[in-house]
Amino acid sequence: MGMNSESALTRRTFLGAVGATGAVCVTASLVGMPALAEAADAPAGNVDEAIVKDLGPGKIAMEKVKIDTPPKAENGALVRIPISVDHPMEKDNYIKTLAIYVDDNPKPLVGKFEFTPESGKSEVEMRIKMAKASQVRAVAISNKGALYGAYLKIEVAEGGCAG
Amino acid sequence: MADIGEPKVRGPEKPLKKGEVALIKTLIKHPMESGLRKDKGSGETIPAHYIESVVAEYGGVAVVKATWTGAVSKNPFFSFYIKADKSGPVNVTWKDTKGQEWKEKAEIKVE
Repeated sequence: MGMNSESALTRRTFLGAVGATGAVCVTASLVGMPALAEAADAPAGNVDEAIVKDLGPGKIAMEKVKIDTPPKAENGALVRIPISVDHPMEKDNYIKTLAIYVDDNPKPLVGKFEFTPESGKSEVEMRIKMAKASQVRAVAISNKGALYGAYLKIEVAEGGCAG
Repeated sequence: MADIGEPKVRGPEKPLKKGEVALIKTLIKHPMESGLRKDKGSGETIPAHYIESVVAEYGGVAVVKATWTGAVSKNPFFSFYIKADKSGPVNVTWKDTKGQEWKEKAEIKVE
């Protein structure tokens, strides 16, 4: 893609493109997945252990992190997840890593995000898949090893993708 | 083959003040197959094929690094921030589980 498409990328078309792709239904086939879930190499239900492995041990303070998603998602194939961590991003005091988990997905880890002081702000947004209603966890660790988290239960509307 | 590629990166169009924090939005076409789905016709598992790494580089620093699994939605949108220090590109690189790579950039202007 050259500069033409880039310069033509208005806010409307940009977000429109996301919406259009969202029409494709992924959850339909995710629904019949319990058998496969058993075969997955990272079984659900061990998110606490995954957090220790991915970020480190320690007590997670339930503050500073915000998952800004409505409690009910229309489409499990495309759940909008904006996450912010209210923390300075300074040379010796910044958020180093943020990890996101969906407890009841066959593989709970969605992704990890590494920041630097040059990030300016520890805030990301993406769209994720949810096989069914689940707790979503966002956990962040600072360069000093302090853990912060937010846990949010998100319902996934029935029907939309069940065909 | 599903649509794939066509990476897009968009930053603020107006010049920024030094030290201002800017939102960067990215989008790419990708099937993001988790490896957990079955083909409805054949019943066979669809092999995993997803973007596992997104790196944004600005001013010689990897400012944000994302490591993804197949739980990120198809045709992934991803936004993050950078602290604008000087004019220059934000270079974004996506890599998928088959080793395919895409690059796109947005120019940041600092007054």
